[in-house]
Amino acid sequence: MTRYAVLVEVSLRPGIADPQGATIERALPALGFNRVSGVRSGKAFRFVVDAIDEETARVEVDDLCRRLLTNPVIEDAAVTLDPAP
Amino acid sequence: MTARIGVVLFPGSNCEHDVVEALDSLGADASLVWHGDRSVDSFDAVILPGGFAHGDYLRPGAIARFSPVMAGVAEFAAAGGPVVGICNGFQVLTEAHLLPGALQKNRGLTFLCETVDVRVTSDRSVLTGGLTAGQRLRIPINHFEGNYICDERTLAELRAEGRIVLRYLDNPNGSIDDIAGICNDAGNVVGLMPHPERATESLLGSMDGRALLGALIAAAGGAGAAAGVGTVAGTAVTGAPETATARP
Repeated sequence: MTRYAVLVEVSLRPGIADPQGATIERALPALGFNRVSGVRSGKAFRFVVDAIDEETARVEVDDLCRRLLTNPVIEDAAVTLDPAP
Repeated sequence: MTARIGVVLFPGSNCEHDVVEALDSLGADASLVWHGDRSVDSFDAVILPGGFAHGDYLRPGAIARFSPVMAGVAEFAAAGGPVVGICNGFQVLTEAHLLPGALQKNRGLTFLCETVDVRVTSDRSVLTGGLTAGQRLRIPINHFEGNYICDERTLAELRAEGRIVLRYLDNPNGSIDDIAGICNDAGNVVGLMPHPERATESLLGSMDGRALLGALIAAAGGAGAAAGVGTVAGTAVTGAPETATARP
């Protein structure tokens, strides 16, 4: 068994309105950030998974994302997986 | 007969007593069901009330979907039993895949708490049976995540099959196609963001919710309530909107 450190970043799917990201983006010029655009809000989860290999860990994490961490109707997940230190 | 209606109490629900009170006032026999119970088979209909089930952690309805009672609710719904999700209950039903689509944060990112006009757009659900398409109702909304969204194919299906049961007249939250409520293919599972239980006494500013809850009671086999529905049904769309709340 290997222990993997997992980072799941959940964001709204392309085309889904993100009023939170848009509001943040509109606030940026007031702070002098005039060259920042494309702000999308989201959430992140960190956890560890024990699995026999990386592929097995990935399959389990993908399933977890689909069934709990995201609502696939509106959200996507990006998974980063590394052997835990 | 008297319709027995179970109102599910999740940790964090906060409209369950209002729903029970409203249903009882319409002649039903309503009682609370703990979310840890595994069966709802002793009821003729089930309501998932508003609130913040499981604190709305992760997403509204995302954790409630795993409450033991939801397996029982799914079986009950599959057998044709009437199931209605109000507000947070609607969110739970979408997360549980008993209804399609999802409810996002409101356009404008504001929590909305106001009484709005909705139009009945289909009578083929257990909540709108006996009502007339075009009938206008004034019902309170109270939500932050009521902005209904679904993919285009689902929307086309909902439209073609008459499954959009309520639409906002003046869309408050950005919902696609002004959707305030939808039902499943069979019409026995309904989700809506407005709170009919908060429009059941003249003191509350509107009695229009009685028509919806009365229809549910009738669908659940309750006799007494159905008779009363006609006298309290909402104003027809041709009527002046301001009269909707001014009935004696």
